[in-house]
Amino acid sequence: MAVEALFHKTFTIKGGDFGGAGEASVEIKNILKEIGFDPGVIRRVAIASYEAEMNVVMYGGGGEMDLKVEPDEITLVLEDQGPGIPDVDLAMQEGYSTATDEMREMGFGAGMGLPNIRKNSDDFNIITEINRGTRLEIVIKSHGSESRHSRRFSFDPYR
Amino acid sequence: MDLREIQKILHAEILSENVDLSMDVPRVIASDLMSDVLAFSASGAILVTGLTNSQAVRTVEVADLCAIIFVRGKRPSEETVRLAEKRNIPLLTTKFPTFKVCGELYSHGIIEVK
Repeated sequence: MAVEALFHKTFTIKGGDFGGAGEASVEIKNILKEIGFDPGVIRRVAIASYEAEMNVVMYGGGGEMDLKVEPDEITLVLEDQGPGIPDVDLAMQEGYSTATDEMREMGFGAGMGLPNIRKNSDDFNIITEINRGTRLEIVIKSHGSESRHSRRFSFDPYR
Repeated sequence: MDLREIQKILHAEILSENVDLSMDVPRVIASDLMSDVLAFSASGAILVTGLTNSQAVRTVEVADLCAIIFVRGKRPSEETVRLAEKRNIPLLTTKFPTFKVCGELYSHGIIEVK
């Protein structure tokens, strides 16, 4: 029997909106606080969500973030129709970045985004294709509050 | 050590109104790169930074940090100050550069985030 979601919402993320970037992640944090999750779990979700949201703002040209909250796990799915990631293994390396000066002036573009998301997630999946876009699936289990490297990381190019 | 003592040590000006300066601050993280801040378990720490835009405030909120000290006399926009006040995040600014801020805080017993 399928587990009923406690909460479900899709957020629209505007591309290039550096001023408003992060608002969806702050709202997600408040939603999880309201439901009563452990502060450590909430922090992991908020950090992963914020980094992923910034990527969609900075690189994806805007898109959507879907939040599904279940008793045992929180799932975030981010989709954009941006340029895609040419080399995912390279993008997963700490310090590798293709950020512009504008992105760096906002305090991002240190090449830590995807590694930070992986560190805070239990399952992490990237599906990307050049000139078609990127889909990021992030699952964070609600048991255990410390951040850790995801047990599963997979990368599938579109077929 | 609380924020009021830190304000005195750094000769800092408080930029946000109606904030709680009695909060205890045991740890500090200093960075202009918000992803670096997010990469550490910096919960409860104060952020020392030269980055004055809204993303500094959002990073503090997302990562559960407690306050921001802007260095070299930098001042955020009114909009950023209002955002921080809305979220109850104290903002301070000091004329000291990052190195001196960290040195002063370290010599007064505040430790870095590891």
